[in-house]
Amino acid sequence: MEPFNTHTGMVMPLDRVNVDTDQMVPKQFLKALTRKGFGRILFYDWRYLPGEKPNPEFVLNFPRYEGASVLLARANFGCGSSREHAPWGVKDYGFRVIIAPSYADIFYNNCFKNGILPASLPEEQIEELFQRTEKEEGYMLTVNLPDQTIADRHGLMFRFDIAPSRKEVLLKGLDDIGTSLQHEAEITAYEKAHAATATMYEAVDVQNYSNRQ
Amino acid sequence: MPSKTLYEKIWDSHVVHEEAGKPALIYIDRHLIHEGTSPQAFAGLAAEGRKVRRPDLTFAVMDHSVPTTQKDRYLPIVDTGARLQFEALEKNCRETGVRLFDMNSKNQGIVHIIGPELGVTQPGQTIVCGDSHTSTHGAFGTLAFGIGTSEVEHVLATQCLVQSRSKTLHILVHGKRPRGVTAKDIILAIIGKMGISGGTGHVAEYGGEAIRDLSMDGRMTVCNMTIEGGARAGMVAPDETTFQYMEGRPFVPRGKAFDDAVEGWKKLKSDEGAKFDMTVELQASEIAPQVTWGTNPGMVTSVTGRVPEPGAFTDPNDQKATESALKYMGLKAGTPIVDIPVDRVFIGSCTNSRLDDLRAAAHLVAGKHVAVSIKQALIVPGSRGIKAQAESEGLDKIFREAGFEWRDAGCSMCIGMNADVLPPHERSASTSNRNFEGRQGKDSRTHLVSPVMAAAAAIAGHFVDVRQFDVAHIE
Repeated sequence: MEPFNTHTGMVMPLDRVNVDTDQMVPKQFLKALTRKGFGRILFYDWRYLPGEKPNPEFVLNFPRYEGASVLLARANFGCGSSREHAPWGVKDYGFRVIIAPSYADIFYNNCFKNGILPASLPEEQIEELFQRTEKEEGYMLTVNLPDQTIADRHGLMFRFDIAPSRKEVLLKGLDDIGTSLQHEAEITAYEKAHAATATMYEAVDVQNYSNRQ
Repeated sequence: MPSKTLYEKIWDSHVVHEEAGKPALIYIDRHLIHEGTSPQAFAGLAAEGRKVRRPDLTFAVMDHSVPTTQKDRYLPIVDTGARLQFEALEKNCRETGVRLFDMNSKNQGIVHIIGPELGVTQPGQTIVCGDSHTSTHGAFGTLAFGIGTSEVEHVLATQCLVQSRSKTLHILVHGKRPRGVTAKDIILAIIGKMGISGGTGHVAEYGGEAIRDLSMDGRMTVCNMTIEGGARAGMVAPDETTFQYMEGRPFVPRGKAFDDAVEGWKKLKSDEGAKFDMTVELQASEIAPQVTWGTNPGMVTSVTGRVPEPGAFTDPNDQKATESALKYMGLKAGTPIVDIPVDRVFIGSCTNSRLDDLRAAAHLVAGKHVAVSIKQALIVPGSRGIKAQAESEGLDKIFREAGFEWRDAGCSMCIGMNADVLPPHERSASTSNRNFEGRQGKDSRTHLVSPVMAAAAAIAGHFVDVRQFDVAHIE
């Protein structure tokens, strides 16, 4: 996974609470076999009018936010479906950082699997960032993960909290599976000690369940 | 020994590796997969040359995009994207030895329906699936939650997951549930009270007389929608109701092995005096049948209520969200809920497509007919097993005679990934779990209700207080 250290980029505000993952990547795009290409359809139903004409009223289509890489959002961002297609779309569109007061658990977790930093700030600071983004065209923020700071070029600086283990995953771009497989011996030992639950009881009366038959 | 919650007991018994200040590696007892969120995980595994560690603990099913009409299952799948996903799942399972219930299996159904139905789901387990409604399985006293595709890949490779301990939330519903008030109304009322992010960061345990009195089908409905209140998992401690449900199911131990298992399962409850980080309490007697009016499950009120004014909310963000929801839903503030007309009715989904749901709805519609203004009324059983049982009880006949379509099992109009889509600007009474914008179809308008409320709306052509009907208290 691509490591994350420090990122400077233009901010795009999405002024809406409880943005769910169905809005980020609607169902018709879940019939995919790869993790690629979701940036083009990110926020599809809000972003496009019939015939995939860009909806001029949706913030992502405002010319002033073209090239934005920091997504400023409201509370409970990413609620609903566990679809990882949502963070795939966020990343593929070009966002490296999301800044919001809070996130839904599954989406938050999925961000870290994809090198996206979901930073949390208190509501008042988020409000301040919304105002500054609105006021200044091309408003930029520098997000420094080692120092856990978010700063603009006018001297504003906010600190954000992040669990040390989460921080390490992003900084090093760690492959979770590789790390977990280092505990192979412990996994095997667990399976031996918990044979009752870690073993499947042979089913009866279930036909057509095994494609090995 | 300090008192522990049920969650803490299951957590502690699944820790494979733990270091201070770091998330733990926990063991996953059952991994459920479906066509929608697994192809990228198998591809990732293959790209790294990794193997599925425990195909015997992994179960696959086709559910999200399957057609629900019999003839379309025998014909080639016309939706290319869906067909490619079915083929990928079939190939991935064949190559790795994972059991697959394909769309022609007599045991096929929605992943969260067949897990419990076949006895794959058992008390005390950890269960994950690349689907947020995995919380359903918590009804058996399991720790069950939805994961993303990267985590699906992780579980395939290691049979473990990297997790941090959650906070604990105790949700108590006291007293007896009034007639006409179902498990669905209980969970909608809970979400209405807590808000859709009230449970974030927590694992919920449900208790109280109204929860204890629920059948397993009802408990699954409650746990299913736990995620809509922000908590990733919800659970109910197993009891006699649970054990009776379990006995004799295909993947459940039999004979003495079953008795031994039950003895172990009986210990799965929160200790007296166990501390929860948060507690929410409701009185069942105060809950009326619920109807959502907005674009998330927390935007809900009683059937006796009205569509709210944006000004009724104090938070400016809520006011804006309400305004936007009313616009999307095509509703005027102040409209009585019972004056809202309905175009289509959907009884199905992993929330409400089990036998109790179908029996209760059938009881209500028997001898009546769907209103002429209703364009479509769909009954989609959660599994082929449920479908067969319902047919043996004659429920299909009751529904058909009342003007409903009787379909084959799948996720169907809950998510609209197959042909069962709610058309633009049409309004549904739906027993599913999400009323997000575009959920059932682009620009469609979803109202979440219980199966008996949906059945009553189909008969009346608009929402109606189901307590006016002869409603069987089995739902």
